[in-house]
Amino acid sequence: MAKATVNGDFRVVAMGGSAGSLEVILQAFRELTNTRIATVLVIHRKESLHSALPEMLNTKSHVTVKEAEEKERIMPAHVYIAPADYHLLIEPDGTFSLDYSEKVNFSRPSIDVTFECAAAVFGKKVIGVLLSGGNADGVAGLKAIKKAGGMCVVQNPKSALVSFMPQHAMNELEVDKTLGSGEIGAFLNSIQ
Amino acid sequence: MAPEDIGDDELALLLNEIVERYGYDFTSYSTASVKRRISRLFILDHFKSFEEFRKTVLTEKNYIRRFVQEITVNVTEMFRDPGFYKLLRTQVLPVLATYPFVRIWHAGCSTGEEVYSMAIMLKEVGIMEKSLMYATDINPDVLDQVMKGIYPLRSLKLFSENYILSGGKEDFSSYYTAKYDLAKFDDELRSKMIVSTHNLVSDRSFNEFQLIICRNVLIYFNKPLQDKVLELFDASLEPRGYLALGSKEQIKFASISSRYEQLDPKEKIWRKLQ
Repeated sequence: MAKATVNGDFRVVAMGGSAGSLEVILQAFRELTNTRIATVLVIHRKESLHSALPEMLNTKSHVTVKEAEEKERIMPAHVYIAPADYHLLIEPDGTFSLDYSEKVNFSRPSIDVTFECAAAVFGKKVIGVLLSGGNADGVAGLKAIKKAGGMCVVQNPKSALVSFMPQHAMNELEVDKTLGSGEIGAFLNSIQ
Repeated sequence: MAPEDIGDDELALLLNEIVERYGYDFTSYSTASVKRRISRLFILDHFKSFEEFRKTVLTEKNYIRRFVQEITVNVTEMFRDPGFYKLLRTQVLPVLATYPFVRIWHAGCSTGEEVYSMAIMLKEVGIMEKSLMYATDINPDVLDQVMKGIYPLRSLKLFSENYILSGGKEDFSSYYTAKYDLAKFDDELRSKMIVSTHNLVSDRSFNEFQLIICRNVLIYFNKPLQDKVLELFDASLEPRGYLALGSKEQIKFASISSRYEQLDPKEKIWRKLQ
């Protein structure tokens, strides 16, 4: 399939986490200084945490952390968080859209949905990162990223509070890299 | 077939053929969403190739109805986003109560859970008798469900919690009769509903309203279509009328925005200035 042309030449990190991932994410974004990449973050969480999250994740660097808004264009130096209770989709022109359709893997937002969209739109520029969790969500999405020529990274199941999600990914596909819970921030900063 | 395996060109071609053949225009819908819906249909209906799917859509007489039903998203709930309903109950309905007649349009009402929520609030505020709720959707099948007012009993726990959070004070179970695994809402709640198909893409304004509710419909449209539909709503709202959208929908970048003020910083309800 022909890839749509998206303005700009930057890597897109598609990151997903479920149970046990929040601490890892908080640490990673405290350390994040890389303004060359765009990060799209899907976390399964309770609605009550929803509005606090962009604030909690705000970095001290020049990276802007915000909730993804529909029709907003994906830009480097930004971390976009999927809003609670909507799937976060990416259009062929590199803008976000939101979707209130059925839950996928008992989840809305679903990591698979966003990962698959990222793979379709950004192809080999995508780096999929799957963190701690007790759900199979994200594995099909990582496969799509792999198929599109992107890179697949998982949190080392041994370092994950809940190992099921990254372990399931490692069982199902050949991941390119595993990272300890404290290594995510440094990895993000190393992406050119 | 996974969503990412559907080509942009073959999809655009099919959507154009559907407009020509049936008049349903999905060409201004969000591409990512339509691809996901089609991918879902592939699995549900066991298609083997895009070409087989295309042939079925274009040649099998009854399939287009299923296509429309499945391409559009019909996930909804009663008193969804309770804070939104609280604002309607405390700030909008008391104003509408001062009018001799109240006309409300639920555009893209899906299976009608939010229309029944409105009916319950109109009854509780005491203005049901002078109100009319116009419930419209592109999809005739969901409108049959609006007419019936029957929902799965397993959903009622959530609906009831939402109702209480939205400021409802009555016994929620007094509004429906449970039988087996279904709950049927009272006929009285339906007595002021006018149910009809209406296509926001191609149909025009059909009345003037004091309140238009259209939630989580615009998110599936591209920007030009969003603007066009907001213009349609503007033309269908009386001066000082209210426009209510879904929790992540905005009018701030649309041409109509200068004519509206938002009631509350969080909830997506705007009032027309004049």
